[in-house]
Amino acid sequence: MRTARANFHCRSILSGLLLFLLALLGHRAPAFPPQKSTKEELLVLPGEAGRSGGRLVVSLRGEPKTLNPLIAADARSREVIGVMQADLVHINRATQLTEPALAKSWKISPDGLTYTLVLRQGLKFSDGQPLNADDVLFTFRVYLDENVHASQRDLLIVGGKPIAVRKVDAHTVVFQLVKTYGVGERLFDGLAILPRHLLEKPYQEGKLGQIGSLATAADQWAGLGPFRVKEYVAGQRLVLERNPYYWKSDAKGNRLPYLDELVFLFVPNADAQVLKFQSGETDVISQLGAENFSVLSRQQRGYTMVDAGPGLEYNFLFFNLNDAGDKTSPEMQWKQRWFREVKFRQAVSAAVDREAIVRLVYQGRGSAIWGLVAPGNRRWGNERLAHPARSLERARTLLKEAGFSWSNGPNGESTLLDSSGKPVEFSILTSSSNADRAKMAALIQDDLKQLGMRVQVVPLEFRSLLDRVTQSKEYDACVMGIASFDADPNTDINVWLSSGGTHLWNPSQAHPATPWEAEIDRLFEEQMSARTFEQRKKLFDRAQEVLAENQPMIFLASPNILAGAKNSIGNFQPAVLEPYVLWNVEQLYLKMGTENATR
Amino acid sequence: MIVRRAFTRWLVALAVLHGIVVCAGFFAPYDPVEQDRKNPYLPPMRLHLADAHGHLHARAFVYSLKLREGSFDQYEEDTTEPHPVKFFLRGARYRLLGFLPCQMRLFGVENARIYLLGTDAYGRDQLSRLLFGGQVSLLAGLLGAGITLLIGLSVGSVAGYFGGWRDSLLMRVAELFLALPWLYLLFALRAFLPLAVGPLKAFFLIIAVIGAVGWARPARLVRGVVLSAKERDFVRAARGFGATNRYLLRRHILPQTSSVLLTQAAILIPQYVLAEMTLSFLGLGVPEPVPSWGNLLSSLQQYSVLVSYWWMYLPTVVMVPFFLGYLGLASSLQERGETYKIEGRSVGSLT
Repeated sequence: MRTARANFHCRSILSGLLLFLLALLGHRAPAFPPQKSTKEELLVLPGEAGRSGGRLVVSLRGEPKTLNPLIAADARSREVIGVMQADLVHINRATQLTEPALAKSWKISPDGLTYTLVLRQGLKFSDGQPLNADDVLFTFRVYLDENVHASQRDLLIVGGKPIAVRKVDAHTVVFQLVKTYGVGERLFDGLAILPRHLLEKPYQEGKLGQIGSLATAADQWAGLGPFRVKEYVAGQRLVLERNPYYWKSDAKGNRLPYLDELVFLFVPNADAQVLKFQSGETDVISQLGAENFSVLSRQQRGYTMVDAGPGLEYNFLFFNLNDAGDKTSPEMQWKQRWFREVKFRQAVSAAVDREAIVRLVYQGRGSAIWGLVAPGNRRWGNERLAHPARSLERARTLLKEAGFSWSNGPNGESTLLDSSGKPVEFSILTSSSNADRAKMAALIQDDLKQLGMRVQVVPLEFRSLLDRVTQSKEYDACVMGIASFDADPNTDINVWLSSGGTHLWNPSQAHPATPWEAEIDRLFEEQMSARTFEQRKKLFDRAQEVLAENQPMIFLASPNILAGAKNSIGNFQPAVLEPYVLWNVEQLYLKMGTENATR
Repeated sequence: MIVRRAFTRWLVALAVLHGIVVCAGFFAPYDPVEQDRKNPYLPPMRLHLADAHGHLHARAFVYSLKLREGSFDQYEEDTTEPHPVKFFLRGARYRLLGFLPCQMRLFGVENARIYLLGTDAYGRDQLSRLLFGGQVSLLAGLLGAGITLLIGLSVGSVAGYFGGWRDSLLMRVAELFLALPWLYLLFALRAFLPLAVGPLKAFFLIIAVIGAVGWARPARLVRGVVLSAKERDFVRAARGFGATNRYLLRRHILPQTSSVLLTQAAILIPQYVLAEMTLSFLGLGVPEPVPSWGNLLSSLQQYSVLVSYWWMYLPTVVMVPFFLGYLGLASSLQERGETYKIEGRSVGSLT
């Protein structure tokens, strides 16, 4: 043990010296580590070989909160962390299938309870420290420690018990589950392996939650991703540099990533992102709205816009089905009597003009949806799910069956009345910062007006909207969207389980409020432990049918993933999964003779 | 005499403009909230006299627009069939002046739709929205200015006439109001209100808020006039004969504030129309889909709209004659006031 540690120290001093030398030489020197260990097992990526050098500039909507994967909750932090960290097994964003990452291979025991992962040999963190099984052990100890409050913890509790991690040798780790887990090795995607040599001390001092701010010094932070911290200018940009120890190479044997630098510019909003891209200050752009996409497509100057096709985002309308008991206001009780009526929700769903949403909100760059599986998800959709066209007649029949009636006003407009003669009026919340959803709400408002419902659209700042939906529960209905980060149904399990915190229409229930919610709970729990894809698919199909029948969420539309890049960027292949453009950042390169163009 | 002529001219021009807005139902071809979902962001149609084959037509006509192949938002004229513009057509039902049921529309086309100022994101006719939006915005301006002047008149006359501690108190409060950052006040006020406010409620709320915020300046002006008027010889004489405060105020003093008030009204109305537009632009005004001039402009907050659809700017152009009319009226009112001025002291100013 002692010798091992001494050796470790020696090495760290050596690599420190090397780094120092490299720094002296400046970054023009080839950034490959000079001593090429024969033991190093690089992952060789297929595909077009690029050219080393250059810098890629990307804009972010606002500043990321942290570099620390343990506390990152916002999308911007996740995007930045994504290029600085690596996981054991990774989901390929293009194929949506798993592939080896830090673990070169894995084996699942026949009973599905034991996962044995073998790490690549000779890998190093971005500060030159070696990676071994102890780092993996430490990582999972931290994730599972309740005091750390890591957001990853929930994912690692299977069957009510945390996953047990055991080291076999320096490069083999065994994960022991108490119950089979349908997700399989996908579970490891996105779980960054942390550098024990840097984080053990703060962990023991209980300070893990406080480290990893953007201002962290470059030598205090390390990861296994393609880039590492170089410079941070508050309010302006975060500059990352190439990780010289990265563990992937291209088919020709060149170590990846190709780029020397990756710069994240902080801009206030989506429009600013478009302006920066248009003026050539940034090299790639993603998460574009359809209207901005067509502006950029129209004025193409040295860049290419790509419609990557349907993504995983689904937008929906839902009603407040919470049961606040005696605290419910009398008005709310009235309204909830309508909202709880299945036929009322089905009628609303039948009246919504989804095609118009796709055409007017997404300019045709999207798809209408009738279920929770967005069209970008290739494996999990239920093909038997009906896609009924818009029908006001069907909506009227349903409402009539549920005891609603109409009264005619003096101007010929009709008003929908419930069985006790009260006019049907409610409001729909939308996020004021999301123009797309505000538009959807306005279209729904007009659709429902034709049924005689008086609907108000209320734009609210997103934070207070979320607070109303999940905390105070003072709202009638709401238009929202969720972008799953993986195609597996378990990704959004918190939305579908009645006990889930984001079970939006009635979150965090102690017991399922309705029989169909109980059935969904059961189906989801069964598919969690089902072993084969076919079994899981069958259960998940049934869950989709139950949801479609009961319409707790009225699914509306899903936008295509729209992105763009300068023509000088090679290997640009936007995926429909997050991070849409930077998923293959290690393979992005600047084409010959264009290096100066990006300055 | 010249002043009076200018005054009449401005007044007539404004009356015509307001008449058009009041009778929006007649002048607008369509219902302002009706969505034509096949035609979002349609550019303004051009009126033609000669068709695609070079034939001249006696009646102006338009061509329908269709999406250019492979595009989602670029339209081109469909020259297969001209649609002549007809006058005094029967269209969708509306209520003239809010109560007269009517179907007659000034113009329109048959078997097609005409959009002279284009459409917005939902395919709603911009011209109709502009006219109906004027009803909301102008009425908000008029009523708001009315409230302001009423408060300003009462506060100003009490402060000026009675003087003393009342004067000090009221004028300090007025100064406080002048110093308030009213936009933020409105934001704060909106946060306290219930979540969903109906269009009518929201409208009266805006009027009340706008009207209550701006009274300080007219109050100070009125106070100045009252202060000087109450020391005039004929007022003193009347007081000497035993006239009561009420009689003096009503008969001798308040009439003298009329020219200040009128000038102020002509200045305040466009100001308050702008205030309503600001609020609606920021989403604090009348809720969609009810049109108001501010709502019409609010889509310009998006960069894509700003650079793609120039006809979304048109509402700003149409507002110019209204504001010009009011400002012209204000300046001619002021000039008229000055010709009638007795002691050569200026009252009311164009600030």
